[in-house]
Amino acid sequence: MEKSLSWREFIITRLIQSSGYSAVIFVLLIFFFLLREGLPTLSEVDASSLLSVRWYPIEDYFGILPLISGSLMVTLGAALIAVPFGIGTAVYISEIAPRWMREILKPLVELLGGLPSVVLGFLGILVVSPFLRIFLDLPTGLTAFTGSLLLGGIAVPTIVSVAEDALDSVPRAYREGAWALGATRWQTIWRVTLPAARSGVLTAVMLGVGRAIGETMTVMMVTGNAPVLALKLGSLFSPVRTMTATIAAEMGEVANGSTHYHVLFLIGIVLFVISLIVNIIASSVVFRARKRAERILS
Amino acid sequence: MAALINNTVDIVNASRRIKQEEIDEAKKNGVEPVEFIVARDAIAVIVNPKNPVNELTLQQLSDIYSGKYTNWLEVGGEDRPIVRLSRETNSGTHVYFLETVLRLGNKEDKTLFSTDTLLLPSSEGIISEVRQNPNALGYDGLGYVPDDLKTIAIAKEEGGAFVLPSISTVNDKTYPIARDLYMYTNGEPTGVVREYLDWILSAEAQQIVAELGFVPVK
Repeated sequence: MEKSLSWREFIITRLIQSSGYSAVIFVLLIFFFLLREGLPTLSEVDASSLLSVRWYPIEDYFGILPLISGSLMVTLGAALIAVPFGIGTAVYISEIAPRWMREILKPLVELLGGLPSVVLGFLGILVVSPFLRIFLDLPTGLTAFTGSLLLGGIAVPTIVSVAEDALDSVPRAYREGAWALGATRWQTIWRVTLPAARSGVLTAVMLGVGRAIGETMTVMMVTGNAPVLALKLGSLFSPVRTMTATIAAEMGEVANGSTHYHVLFLIGIVLFVISLIVNIIASSVVFRARKRAERILS
Repeated sequence: MAALINNTVDIVNASRRIKQEEIDEAKKNGVEPVEFIVARDAIAVIVNPKNPVNELTLQQLSDIYSGKYTNWLEVGGEDRPIVRLSRETNSGTHVYFLETVLRLGNKEDKTLFSTDTLLLPSSEGIISEVRQNPNALGYDGLGYVPDDLKTIAIAKEEGGAFVLPSISTVNDKTYPIARDLYMYTNGEPTGVVREYLDWILSAEAQQIVAELGFVPVK
């Protein structure tokens, strides 16, 4: 009896262990694959050509700066929309809304998160972009801002869902303590509950931004895909081309092993590195916050 | 084309002729591309019906798409910015338009699309943008253009006759932006692939080609 138990224990431990390692191994394998397919670019294309501002791969213009700036512009816009809106919604659902309202709102927000991005893209082409063109008097409604709006819509459910869970797990005693000291409801939310749930809320923001930068279908449909270098704030209201849309639009027709193919993988590496940096910054901020909390409590 | 070169399909449809470098690439993989012209297609230049411009010369179109003209006023329209729409760079239509219109068929010409040209991934994207935006100028295969958009009449050169695309103007070669459509096989086709291609070139299939808004080869 005892023997079979320890055997079961052994097998289960190994199973859990290997599934834990497999996540790391998969990421490493993907990164290795990206490097193998993308690095040949550096010997095939000059750095000056890669860092130029013209992307026209069928005539060997491989300037990736417009694509990077396009992705950053759309993602930044999406974050500016989704973060305040998402955290605000999470605070409302978790702290302010009555119980029956919360039970309606939370599933509804999560339903929004399940919307396929192609459907949002259609909505963007047929409703949002014509509306923005007329409302803001733009030459065309297919702009970075249209992409930001829709990506914000995609990121909000992720942020709300994760941030609400984090706020919900803040012990009730914290809020009661604040109220007992005479804090108003707003002071309690802003000074006590939100800081206490900080690491969870930050994770929510990072997951949301991660969804936005990796999103492909919607941006390909609504941002116009014009490879213009976006530097000014005004570029938010003109068409841009993102890295993800470029890979998606061009990978299907590119000859395997050609220079263009390698450059597309290099763009994949750049995307990978950007999201890695975002994650590292986020986890270091969370780590530091936790350290300080431990110091205060001890 | 990529699929043909990698030898994963029996027949590949293409709206442009295969390039020499692609033939070399294919031969490296043991693929021998054989060409069939199965239909003709005219590229219609389209604008929103609210746009008063009815006709353009090839030179004017080239200057618009290369970024020289940026306002409809400069080609006889209203005071509106021109929003240039194009298919993605990997589309045969894009390459054909670049060679025939932007570079006016001149192989030495290195004119490129203006960088702010919107590259849309589908015909539907171009059509829905032209339908709702009076600033837009787009192009697409004649077979894809719905009736509620305005087709521009094109003149080959300054002072020439402005011609609208149609089956007759494509076949008598008066409409300047028309091209052949191809199918490629790996080696001389045999068996079912042969039968299929024979049928494609038969009167029955060419009738269907005409019904779909393309131009029959016979």
